[in-house]
Amino acid sequence: MIALVDCNNFYVSCERVFDPMLEGRPVGVLSNNDGCVVARSNELKALGVEMGTAMHLLPPAIRRQAVLLSSNYALYGDMSQRVTEVLGEFSPHVEVYSIDESFVGFQGFDPDSLEARGQAMRDTVRQWTGIPVCVGFAPTRVLAKVANQAAKKHPAYKQHGVCKLTADSEATKALLKQLPVTELWGVARRTGERLSVMGIDTAWDLREADAKRIRQRFSVVQERIVWELRGQSAIQLDDMSLPKKQIMVSRSFGRLTGNPHDLREALRHHAARAAEKLRKQQSVTSAVMVFLRTNPFRTDLPQYQQRVVVSLERPTDDSRDIIASAVQGLRRLWRKGYAYHKAGLMLLDLSPKANRQLTLTETPQTDEEAKRSERLMATMDKLNRELGKGTVQLGLPRKGNAWALRSERRTPRYTTQWNELLVVK
Amino acid sequence: MSSNVSLLGRADTMASSLPLPLYSTAVRAGFPSPADDHLDTELDLHRYVVKRPASTYFARAEGYSMIGDSIHPGDLLVVDRSLEALPGRIVVICVDGEMTVKRLERVGQRTYLKASNPNFKPIPLDGRESQVWGVVTDVIHNLLRALP
Repeated sequence: MIALVDCNNFYVSCERVFDPMLEGRPVGVLSNNDGCVVARSNELKALGVEMGTAMHLLPPAIRRQAVLLSSNYALYGDMSQRVTEVLGEFSPHVEVYSIDESFVGFQGFDPDSLEARGQAMRDTVRQWTGIPVCVGFAPTRVLAKVANQAAKKHPAYKQHGVCKLTADSEATKALLKQLPVTELWGVARRTGERLSVMGIDTAWDLREADAKRIRQRFSVVQERIVWELRGQSAIQLDDMSLPKKQIMVSRSFGRLTGNPHDLREALRHHAARAAEKLRKQQSVTSAVMVFLRTNPFRTDLPQYQQRVVVSLERPTDDSRDIIASAVQGLRRLWRKGYAYHKAGLMLLDLSPKANRQLTLTETPQTDEEAKRSERLMATMDKLNRELGKGTVQLGLPRKGNAWALRSERRTPRYTTQWNELLVVK
Repeated sequence: MSSNVSLLGRADTMASSLPLPLYSTAVRAGFPSPADDHLDTELDLHRYVVKRPASTYFARAEGYSMIGDSIHPGDLLVVDRSLEALPGRIVVICVDGEMTVKRLERVGQRTYLKASNPNFKPIPLDGRESQVWGVVTDVIHNLLRALP
């Protein structure tokens, strides 16, 4: 069995841990600079505020009631790391799937003990970090995702926040029959429309469909979803990333490496690929989460796993910005003395590029300009490489300019800055 | 009046890096000393204070209410959320929306927050909305910082 552990309204929950006054109030977190809502408390959802709404489009009545905060990615990254560490107390198989979701493997555990373990996991995460989570157990990742949704929302499970689904139970069947196929993990909306033409509307319909036909009409990944729904594990984490919401690129190294140049090369490559994917879906990203880990199965070696979130100056789809953030993240993560097994990055809080407004300090780039700046980048990189890091740097935004003002609603970075710690009287 | 101090070892200069082992005996030719099986490592203050990184947070103290427990304004508090808030322990607790540091005390059936400064009265928790945030395990007080 595998568990999907998902943090409830993660960014808002992080804020509430350090400021209990936010409890019970409508709270929203805004993306960097462009002011779109990227996280909502239940109270804000109840007011009808949709994900991605631009702040200036919120009705004044809602703006008055709600607490709207700038994103505090340093805090979210640190809290995310803590949650993963707590999960590591329950199983050695913890895979980060997004900043607020992890898969936890429970192979070889007594299946009857899992609900109690899920409960203990939930209570421990809550106590150690203050973050509420829901836990979904199932034989496969796709079903675990369904179980997690049920743990969060379904009246039969939400009181305990834990849901265990077996492949063939009546409960599983009932849930899958209620679930529109487009709400299934890994099924894009356009695929859903084509499935609908074939008479496949619910997750149950897809489970009962002819797997071969699905592969012929769609893809191998779609066929694997059919197998997963039937309870047969077919999907590796690297195959899947939630379309539109986030982009993850990570790979295990062929051999363990402690060499920072290997890691940097890998991350640059992953960052470039992630940026390509981002442009392909015509989105921009607000922050880059970089992660690094040793091999948890090599218990003979010292273990290390850490992540950091680097927020971007402005939402972007530019490879250079994304690669630079990845390298900056690596610089903060890398520690001497470890043999690394996996490195990767995740682009967070994507929003459609079309919605995006230019900020005061920006001007649109023409092709000619873009090419020129690319040449400039190459020259700059070369100088920095040959004459030492930081020989040539891009101008940094001054304090007090338009961009800096835009993060004035940010809460203190409670866990990563000595001068911003929680104050107690 | 004199205080007794004993030197414990070298401080780890690279916080959160892997400490390098120091050999406990000088290198000699001949037979290896059986004592060398047990290498001393550099002393990592972070590890000494932070027993559980996932549940440990730092907070900054303000005011003089806990001066009797050597908590001065500006001191760094090490707070572990995984520990149980037993009576007698000093806790960070949110009372009516405000974060405070006090000692938990139980008198009969009632729980109080007690300051360690006679100018502050005990605060009964009955009838107040309160939630323990974590248990204070250590106080870091810098002796060079000018006192107000």
